[in-house]
Amino acid sequence: MSKISIVFDRVRAEEKMLQKEAEQLGYDTTSIDAKITRFNTESKKADYDFGNVVLERCVSYFRGIHFTACLEFLDIPVINTFEVANNCGNKMLTSLLLSKHKVPTPKTYFSFSADAARENLDKVGYPLVIKPIIGSWGRSVVPLKDKDTVDALFEIREFTDGPHDRIFYLQEMVKRPPRDLRAIIVGDEVVAAMYRKSSGFKTNIALGADPELCKITKEIEDLCLKASKAVGGGILGIDMMEDEKRGLVVHEVNNTVEFKGLAKVATKNIPKAMVEFAVNSVRK
Amino acid sequence: MNCPDCDGNINVPADASVGEIVSCPDCGADFEISKKDGSIELKKAETVGEDWGE
Ligand SMILES: Nc1ncnc2c1ncn2[C@@H]1O[C@H](COP(=O)(O)OP(=O)(O)O)[C@@H](O)[C@H]1O
Ligand SMILES: [Mg+2]
Ligand SMILES: [Zn+2]
Repeated sequence: MSKISIVFDRVRAEEKMLQKEAEQLGYDTTSIDAKITRFNTESKKADYDFGNVVLERCVSYFRGIHFTACLEFLDIPVINTFEVANNCGNKMLTSLLLSKHKVPTPKTYFSFSADAARENLDKVGYPLVIKPIIGSWGRSVVPLKDKDTVDALFEIREFTDGPHDRIFYLQEMVKRPPRDLRAIIVGDEVVAAMYRKSSGFKTNIALGADPELCKITKEIEDLCLKASKAVGGGILGIDMMEDEKRGLVVHEVNNTVEFKGLAKVATKNIPKAMVEFAVNSVRK
Repeated sequence: MNCPDCDGNINVPADASVGEIVSCPDCGADFEISKKDGSIELKKAETVGEDWGE
């Protein structure tokens, strides 16, 4: 019988659903708190009780990806893999990969100092959207519409001066309806999709946007498959916008996808699909 | 259980699991349910970090 572990740092509705589905499918299931787990360079797989496969579900991205590195060191299969977490956790890497794999994506500019970013803005013109390369829930995603906003924002960046503040990720402002799209893909299967509607600029559910179930069209399915392939596959949340002219563009791929709202309205059982995918991925 | 901060009464559901967050209805502080030597205790919850999210 397969044994599956769910690694968490904070138990949310998602982690409880995963635990429940795994148990109902008859798998030996344990939830493991990343915050109280230790590893060392001589650790062996047998020292731990992770089972055949791990679902890494930490809310903290850095905690999750470093934990994943330790699990892979022990040759324990993890979903998602370190490589995928790395590709999705950093928006610049994601944009590069999407473009490289010919997945339609908003035009995005990269520069490595405030001066170069200003020059970029002078050349391209307003508006552009600035995003931290590592971040989520819409945090610090800001539409830049004029020079005053840019000056204020860059000044703050200079003060905070985190290692990632020196990387400037600027993106064309996509002309879209007041919503975007989120699809969840598990392996090769798009299991659910929703519109996220908001009167504000950002349409993150975490910021209060309204979810509305969306039919999984062929276009959505094809795009999700391509985007998933570009970052390395697994269990992913694909964010898309409906561009006026180009149709759907992918702007982000999420590594530790949240699905509690969607699970209530989706026709497919999302956590069940995730557990089955994890178990099957190590059976092959 | 009593709130470690304000002594208010925090209701910990019977089916709550370790790692879940409960809030104090009186002062609003968040606590993580943890287990020490087999018994439940309330640990100060981590605050939202720059790297938190999906
Ligand atoms: N280039 C853009 N044009 C228009 N809206 C955008 C653009 N980029 C992001 N948004 C809006 O901001 C939200 C958050 O951006 P996103 O890149 O998904 O960052 P996060 O990882 O914080 O969710 C998106 O869901 C969308 O509503
Ligand atoms: Mg997003
Ligand atoms: Zn209190």
